[in-house]
Amino acid sequence: MEVVIIEFFESIRFDILWNYRSLFIHGIWITLGLTVVGYTCGIILGLLFGLGKMSNKKWIHYPSRWYIDFFRGTPLLVQILLIHIAVIPTIFGQSLGFFVSGALALSLNCGAYTAEIIRAGIQSLDKGQMEAARSLGMPHNMAMKHIILPQALRRMVPPLGNELIALLKDSSLVTVIAATDILYAAKIVQGATFRVWEPYILAAIMYLFLTYIVTKIVAYVEKRFSTSYVPSKRPKIFSLSRTFTGGR
Amino acid sequence: MEHIIKVLPYLLEGIKYTFLITIVGVALGFVIGAFAGLGRLSKSKIIYWLCTTYVEIIRGTPILVQILFIYFGLSDLLGINLDKVTASIIAIAINAGAYIAEIVRGGVQSIDKGQFEAGDSIGLTKRQTMWYIIWPQALKRMIPPLGNQFIISLKDTSLFSAIAVGEVLYQGKAYTAAAFTYFEPYLMVAVFYLAITIPASIILRRVERRLDV
Repeated sequence: MEVVIIEFFESIRFDILWNYRSLFIHGIWITLGLTVVGYTCGIILGLLFGLGKMSNKKWIHYPSRWYIDFFRGTPLLVQILLIHIAVIPTIFGQSLGFFVSGALALSLNCGAYTAEIIRAGIQSLDKGQMEAARSLGMPHNMAMKHIILPQALRRMVPPLGNELIALLKDSSLVTVIAATDILYAAKIVQGATFRVWEPYILAAIMYLFLTYIVTKIVAYVEKRFSTSYVPSKRPKIFSLSRTFTGGR
Repeated sequence: MEHIIKVLPYLLEGIKYTFLITIVGVALGFVIGAFAGLGRLSKSKIIYWLCTTYVEIIRGTPILVQILFIYFGLSDLLGINLDKVTASIIAIAINAGAYIAEIVRGGVQSIDKGQFEAGDSIGLTKRQTMWYIIWPQALKRMIPPLGNQFIISLKDTSLFSAIAVGEVLYQGKAYTAAAFTYFEPYLMVAVFYLAITIPASIILRRVERRLDV
C-alpha cells in the first residue's frame, strides 16, 4: 500500500495541464456566465412566483405552487436534459445551443428555490407592518413595494447568498449537455491524456477558488445589509476584514 | 403516449438503485458526519483542522466533480476497477457526510451550555455527557435538516448517470436512446422523482410537527 501511494505521488504531473490552459480559462467564463445569467433571471422568476404563491387568487397560487414543487422536487440534471433534449427542440425544431438551454434550466431551477426564500422572507415579517401600511391608505401593491419588500430584503440576503454559491456549483451539471465549462475542460483533458487526477484536482481547485471569492463577496454584502450595520462606521469599500463589525 | 407506459418497467428497475444508493449512502454519511461534526467542536487543533478541511472542500466543490474524482481517481489510485454502485455509495456518503457534519455541529451547538455544565457538575465525564445528555437532545433538533439532506441526496443520485449507474435517470436515458423519443421518457423520470420527493417532504413536515421542534 505504501509503495503504491509513493509511486502515485511521484506520477502526478501538473505540467501537462499547461497545454490545456485555454480550455480551463474559457471554462471559467462559461461557468461564471451561466451562474450570473441563471441567478439574475432566477431572482426575477423567484420574485414573481414567490409573490404568486402567497396570492389569494387560486389561478395564480396553484400554478406558482406547481412550478415551485416541480423544480424543487426533481433533480437539476433531469431538468437540464428535459429542457435541452426535449422541450427546446420540440418548440423551436432545433437545439439553440448549450448556453440557452443551460441558462434556462439554471434560471428555472434557481427561480423555484428563490421563490421559497422570498416567500419565507416576506412571511417572517410581522403582520402589523402590512396592516399599518394598509391603515395608512396604501393599496396592497404599494405597501408591498415600499414597506414589506425593503424590510424583507434584509432577511433574504443570507439565504440568497447561499443560493448563489449553490448555483455556482450546480452550474457544473451543464457539462452533460456539452457546455464547455470548467468540468467539461477537465473531462476533455482526461480524454486526451488518459490522466484522471490532475484535471479533476485542477477543476476542484478552480471551483473552490470561485466559491471562496463568492463567499467573501456574500459575507461583505451580508454585513452591509445586516440590521446592525451603521453607515457612519462605513469601512473602506474594498476592506473585507472582520474588524468593522462595529458596536456589537 | 405509449412510451409513457413502455418506459415504466425501466424506471422501476432504476428506482431500486436510486433507493439502494441513497439509503446506504446517507446512512454511511451520517456516521461520517457525526464524527466530522463532533470533530469540528473538538479542542484538539489537528482534529479540528482535519474535519474543517474535509467539510470545506466537499461543500466547496460540485458533487459531479467529486463523483468523477472518486470513480476515476480512486480506481486509478488503488489500481482496481471500482464497482460503479460501490463508487456511488462512497460518493454520496462522503458528500452527504460533509453536509451532515454541519447539521450535527449546528445541532450540538444549539443545546444550551447549561446542559454541559450540569453534566459536568453531577460528575459525568465529557464523553458520558455527550452521549447521554447532549446527543439525545441534539438528535431531535437534527431530524428536520437530516430529512432535507436525505431528499437532496436522493436527487443527487441522478448524477450517477454520468458514470453509467443504472438509476432512474440512466434508465430513462437508455430508453430515449432506443426509442428515439425524448419528451415522454424524461417527463416520466421527472414524475418519478416528484413521486418520491413530494410524499417525502409531506412526511417530513408531519414528523416535524409531531416532534414540535
